[in-house]
Amino acid sequence: MKSDDVVISARDLRVWYGTAGLPVRAVDGVSFEIRSGEILGLVGESGCGKSTLGRGLLGLLPDGAARDGELFFRERDMLRLKRREQHALRGRELGLIFQEPLTRLNPLMRISEHFSETLKTHHRGIGKDEIESRSLEALRVMGIPPTRFRAYPHEFSGGMRQRLMIALTLVLRPAFVVADEPTTALDVLVEAQIIRMLHDLRDTYETSLLLITHNLGIIAEACDRVAVMYAGRIVEIGDAHTVFRAPQHPYTRELLRSTISLSTTGLNYIEGAPPDLSDPPPGCRFHPRCPDAMQVCERRAPVPRVQPSGSRTECWAADHANGLVTLTEDERIPLAKEVIALADEA
Amino acid sequence: MSSSSGSLARYIAVRLLLVIPMIWVLLTIVFFLLRVAPGDPVSAAVGGKLSEEALDTRRAALGLDRPLIVQYLDYLGDVVRLDFGATISDNRPVLDIIRDQGGATLTLTIGAFLFALLIGLPLGRLAGRRRDTALDAGIRVFGVVSYAAPIFWVGIMLVILVVKLFPGWPTYDIASVTTKFTTEPRTHILLVDTILAGDGAAVQDVLKHHVLPCFALGLLLSGVIIRLVRVNVIQAMQGDYVEAARARGIPERQVVRRHAFRNALVPVITVIGLQVALTLSGAILTERTFNWPGLGTELVQYVTARDYVAVQGLVTFFALVVVIVSLLVDVLNALVDPRVRY
Repeated sequence: MKSDDVVISARDLRVWYGTAGLPVRAVDGVSFEIRSGEILGLVGESGCGKSTLGRGLLGLLPDGAARDGELFFRERDMLRLKRREQHALRGRELGLIFQEPLTRLNPLMRISEHFSETLKTHHRGIGKDEIESRSLEALRVMGIPPTRFRAYPHEFSGGMRQRLMIALTLVLRPAFVVADEPTTALDVLVEAQIIRMLHDLRDTYETSLLLITHNLGIIAEACDRVAVMYAGRIVEIGDAHTVFRAPQHPYTRELLRSTISLSTTGLNYIEGAPPDLSDPPPGCRFHPRCPDAMQVCERRAPVPRVQPSGSRTECWAADHANGLVTLTEDERIPLAKEVIALADEA
Repeated sequence: MSSSSGSLARYIAVRLLLVIPMIWVLLTIVFFLLRVAPGDPVSAAVGGKLSEEALDTRRAALGLDRPLIVQYLDYLGDVVRLDFGATISDNRPVLDIIRDQGGATLTLTIGAFLFALLIGLPLGRLAGRRRDTALDAGIRVFGVVSYAAPIFWVGIMLVILVVKLFPGWPTYDIASVTTKFTTEPRTHILLVDTILAGDGAAVQDVLKHHVLPCFALGLLLSGVIIRLVRVNVIQAMQGDYVEAARARGIPERQVVRRHAFRNALVPVITVIGLQVALTLSGAILTERTFNWPGLGTELVQYVTARDYVAVQGLVTFFALVVVIVSLLVDVLNALVDPRVRY
């Protein structure tokens, strides 16, 4: 099913919000590729820039936000496109599924009107019959009975509304879809159902998917590859199984340790909070919270390196352990605890 | 929720039933307010000219010497039979007053509403879209001023302006004398009567007379509408469904019109309905300013005369209009917003 053509490619992509003080660099130099029919999971804590990255890919950013770097959708240079051209790509080629499904449908419009508006926008001169057949097909795939086609949004449950949103996104057969925590607002049973549906889509439509979540179980279940984001950067990216089996970055390792399962006896968490993105710490951004932090981590930012496991990681400790860099004695001295506490304070 | 039309019918039925207690409360308040206020029809008409005994005889003749509760129940009984009686001061049936002069008030308020919407909707939308720009600030100031300025002052200023700029344009009354006397009263709404008569010149004459008073009153109303539309457009533009529509690539103009503006209008409809009361009270002042032969002018005269029957009748009529309009607004709201149901 997987072909080798790259659908989305980002290189050193940055997104920042201009605020009254310093600009908030929510996405600060990330690089990745998503191939046709591939599902890339994006994990990280709240406030690390996941949603901003997802929206930045579609150019759906609020006023005062700016993008920089390189972003290609197939051969198209997204950052050089005119507003109108970019707008035309949205929906038709690039879809977005939101976190909160309850308020995403216009309460005054029937479901059928949402579909016909969407289809008419992207397919001029489309006939009534075709609108109906395509809409009902999308609803069928998402398990919504055709009898509900003319109902209003408030007549559906949260899980059904999210499936409606997905159907509304997929009716246009976009090549690439960003799903921004599509199940966070829903209960677990509905969550499993939606994740399965998203997973099946690649088989049906060969849609590429960026699945943003903070649920690692979802990643393991549904994704081909996973990118771990911390403070605006992708600190580890690789094959989902590899990353889960042998996490290279301490942050990934700690995230995995923090998941709760039946065999969990105590709760693990990462001390501290993600840094202020308008003024991130020097060197490696994770060093104030990192259990493996060394002197070098505070002084110099690590560069992305492909580890022997196949994942690409930004971490001095991993680089050193895998023999990719040689660090001096001084550089390897662990950061003292009080330094950690101080940096954490800042 | 088996079918939406069924629940809509139920909704309207519930709203209609609620009208009855509303009217009853209104009637009661009007009745007792008039009695509590100093003075009565007899003292207002001939007070100080006749002896106290003579005044009491007249009061007794009008039944004003009976206990209040008896008068009240008597009055309620009449209203239930839709008998509003005849005025005390000049013995005109109240229903005749409403029939003869209600039309002028009706066309004045409708015209004012049209102007208010014509000014308020586009300006409010523009201010909301261009939030925090100089244009927005200008429109907001205009809204506050037009709402706060007293209608008689605005009216007089407009009259002065029109007299200077367009000499000959009518600035008072509902029509020229000839139109008034040559038009056969069929519906007692002068504009409709001239149209029914097919008299083009008369229609034009009546319309011209409407422009200034309707505009003055409409300006007052537009202030409320501007502020309301602006706030709701701003709020709707930040709505999740607006962002979702953009994400589907719906063109921005359509996003604003179909998604943001339509949703912004839902609360606006409700508040505009409530403004009917403001319009009617504004109409009373407007009628005085422009010498308009409507119910407002009559009401002021009858209040001065302490004419219980006339004031009760007219106020009840005004209240009925407000109640009916708010009912219509609720129904309109239910038609626009599928979530509104009992």
